[in-house]
Amino acid sequence: MSETVANPATSSFLANWRQYIPYLGFVLIFAFFSATLFNQGFLDPNNLLNILRQTAMISIMSVGMTYVLAAGEIDLSIGMVAGLISLVAAVAMDHYGPVAGVAAGLLVGALVGAVNALLTTRIGIPSFLTTLAMMGIARGTAMWMTSTKSVPILDDNFIWLFGGGNLGPIPVLVLWTLVVAALGHVVLRRTTFGRRVLATCGSETAARYSGIDTRGIKMRVLMISSLGAAVAGMLYAGRLHSGRFQLGEGDELSVIAAAVLGGTSLFGGAGSVVGSIVGSLMIGVINNGLLLMGLEYSQQLIARGVIIIVAVAISQSRK
Amino acid sequence: MSASVAEAASAPQVAVRLIGVSKRFGGVRALDDVSLEVQVGEIHALLGENGAGKSTILKILNGVHAPTAGLIEVLGRRLGEHTPDEAKRAGIGMIFQEMSLVPTLTVAQNIFLNNEMKDARGFIDDSSAQGRARDLFATLGVEIDPRAEVSSLSAGQRQLTEIVKAISRDARVLILDEPTTALSGGEVEKLFAFLRKLKGEGVAIIYVSHRMDEITRIADRATILRDGRHVVTAPMSELTLDKIIEHIVGRRSRGFSDVKREQALRGEPLLELRGVSGPRKPVKIDLTLHAGEVVGIAGLLGSGRSALARVLFGVDPKREGEILVRGVPASINSPIDAIAHGVALVPEDRLRQGLILDHSVESNASLTILDRLASWLFLSTTRTREAADRQIAGLRIKTASREAPVRTLSGGNQQKVVIAKWLNAEPDIFVLDEPTGGVDIGSKAEIIALVRDLAARGKAVLVISSELSELLTAADRIVVMADGRIVQETPREAFDDPNPSDDLGERLQYAERKLSQIIQRAHSHV
Repeated sequence: MSETVANPATSSFLANWRQYIPYLGFVLIFAFFSATLFNQGFLDPNNLLNILRQTAMISIMSVGMTYVLAAGEIDLSIGMVAGLISLVAAVAMDHYGPVAGVAAGLLVGALVGAVNALLTTRIGIPSFLTTLAMMGIARGTAMWMTSTKSVPILDDNFIWLFGGGNLGPIPVLVLWTLVVAALGHVVLRRTTFGRRVLATCGSETAARYSGIDTRGIKMRVLMISSLGAAVAGMLYAGRLHSGRFQLGEGDELSVIAAAVLGGTSLFGGAGSVVGSIVGSLMIGVINNGLLLMGLEYSQQLIARGVIIIVAVAISQSRK
Repeated sequence: MSASVAEAASAPQVAVRLIGVSKRFGGVRALDDVSLEVQVGEIHALLGENGAGKSTILKILNGVHAPTAGLIEVLGRRLGEHTPDEAKRAGIGMIFQEMSLVPTLTVAQNIFLNNEMKDARGFIDDSSAQGRARDLFATLGVEIDPRAEVSSLSAGQRQLTEIVKAISRDARVLILDEPTTALSGGEVEKLFAFLRKLKGEGVAIIYVSHRMDEITRIADRATILRDGRHVVTAPMSELTLDKIIEHIVGRRSRGFSDVKREQALRGEPLLELRGVSGPRKPVKIDLTLHAGEVVGIAGLLGSGRSALARVLFGVDPKREGEILVRGVPASINSPIDAIAHGVALVPEDRLRQGLILDHSVESNASLTILDRLASWLFLSTTRTREAADRQIAGLRIKTASREAPVRTLSGGNQQKVVIAKWLNAEPDIFVLDEPTGGVDIGSKAEIIALVRDLAARGKAVLVISSELSELLTAADRIVVMADGRIVQETPREAFDDPNPSDDLGERLQYAERKLSQIIQRAHSHV
């Protein structure tokens, strides 16, 4: 009898230890840079806060990406959408004030998400293609809007709230990350919607046979992802005091890498918001560490690519 | 081909010899000490019910499975290893039901796929391939243009192309598994003419079909299997249809006799189907399910039973006809609609359609009632646990805990979780598709008892099963389907022996034989 009681515990520990690979990887990479870059000020509180600030946008978008990947879809448009939204918010703010700016940003974000979602679920174009096309459309629209010029943002409240400010010693960007991550985590783990996303991710067929509207779930996760990109775009704008079409360029790759590093499968399956945040931080730490090591930008790109491939290979090998 | 005729004359007379072949899957004996000889230049039919061991033999010959015990010789040579490649090298060609041709390539390109003819410079030579294909077709009397794209061919032409492809690779033993399911009458004639020609060339053909009329026309000899054992091998001239059916059905005993069957109180009609057709199957189904009754659907694989379940549950689209729930026309276009109308489906493929294997028992059991378990948006942990615990206790699901992934449960307990999921949703109409497939005998009886219990509580239940004893134990009425249609509807009592034996098991056996005969006959007339 004691054996049957002990067995599940042992097997669940053995089954679960692999879940901690992302966290272990983060600790290892952090320890590595702490040791090698001790004299370059890697552990300096200002540097650490800086890492958090720099990765806030990636973190926030990775929460949405967790939902999208868990539902077996992908969203490649987020980086370009973030850039577009930074401009939309800046232009709207310029004309009608900060509230209108935020509203316009969220509205356009929702619109892009709705288009992605409808094309994917109603017409049946794979989200890979829908969002790849949307990537170009968002980028083109952003460049066209202001003839590639950046639009300055002068409203101090907006700049404080979206990126520039501090609440005591804590940067507002960090608070944004915490709020979005907590929201994303609780919704995924505690609500009926989250349970339906996880069911869709576990087995789309079984979910459908259980009466779950899997198409509706897919629509909503793509909307969530675009809204996350919209928030990230406005944070970029607040941080840099302007809207620019280049903002968010290439972020889709960092965000997907972050989610996968955090244990979310590219092919549907497990999804963890906390893991994605850790994955984002890992990417932030790698970027920062490579910079402090004095690597040139070209070398940083290569080193980052290699590290991500190795880390993802390890985290995927558990299957 | 003329060379191979000479070759056949000097080659051994036995094309395939199985000596004492057994195959186990886990604890299940799929084949038990089967010995069998197929002669060169003969069409040999392999007959038996679903699960009698036909497909296991085919898979062993084809190198998909290795036998647990026994020897296999092909053309006098013992098969060393059991791989598809080795089987092909030995000269075995399997013609698949779901055809293995690439629709966008031409007939000639398909015949020489992965075996392309090359010219002097090493490039693929399509025109010699076409010439070679034309020669092959000419010798075999097939009229197909080798340059045509496969997608433009009829089902029958594809089948012939597929066979020629195997022959072009020196297959001396052809295996045909239900080759005529997709063919029209005229195409069947062409296929038969072609097979006779191949036979004349010294090819051995193993022919599997549920259609008795075809067997009696085309086969030279037949081997009948039952429950994984060899029953008889005889020339067709010595076998009548009645004799074949008797051998296929046999006498049997499987224990469901302990499940209580209380007289059902038929209530109002809960579900009515009027002329309902699906995408291909089912065809024009008329069926009524009353509260408090269990209706069983019998039929062989591919008879459209599961297709009917999928249409009822809104997974497959309904092409025509009407579905009425409690006398009111219901539009069921998705599982969501079906559930809203109180219809639940315990699907055929529990692992893929029924369960999320990596999720816990609790999470699977609550999947159908998430909204009911939520306060505002948030899932209530307490209520989710209660819902799971209630079913774990009620159905006696054996699991380490409610948090254990369903992957870790036994087949029978997994099936109980699927049932739990639907009991929680409290539907009025249950459709169960092979509810005891892959389930141990103890859980089988429990599940069947549960089915009776559902009816006793005023639900309408539709049970699809290939296990006749199970259907006869569970159902008040039995519907036999073949080729997508209902061919017969019979009250359960009609299967009883007019002079009943005192022994419950014997009574069940009698009913089983009677039902099995009806099923076999239904399939021999379509």
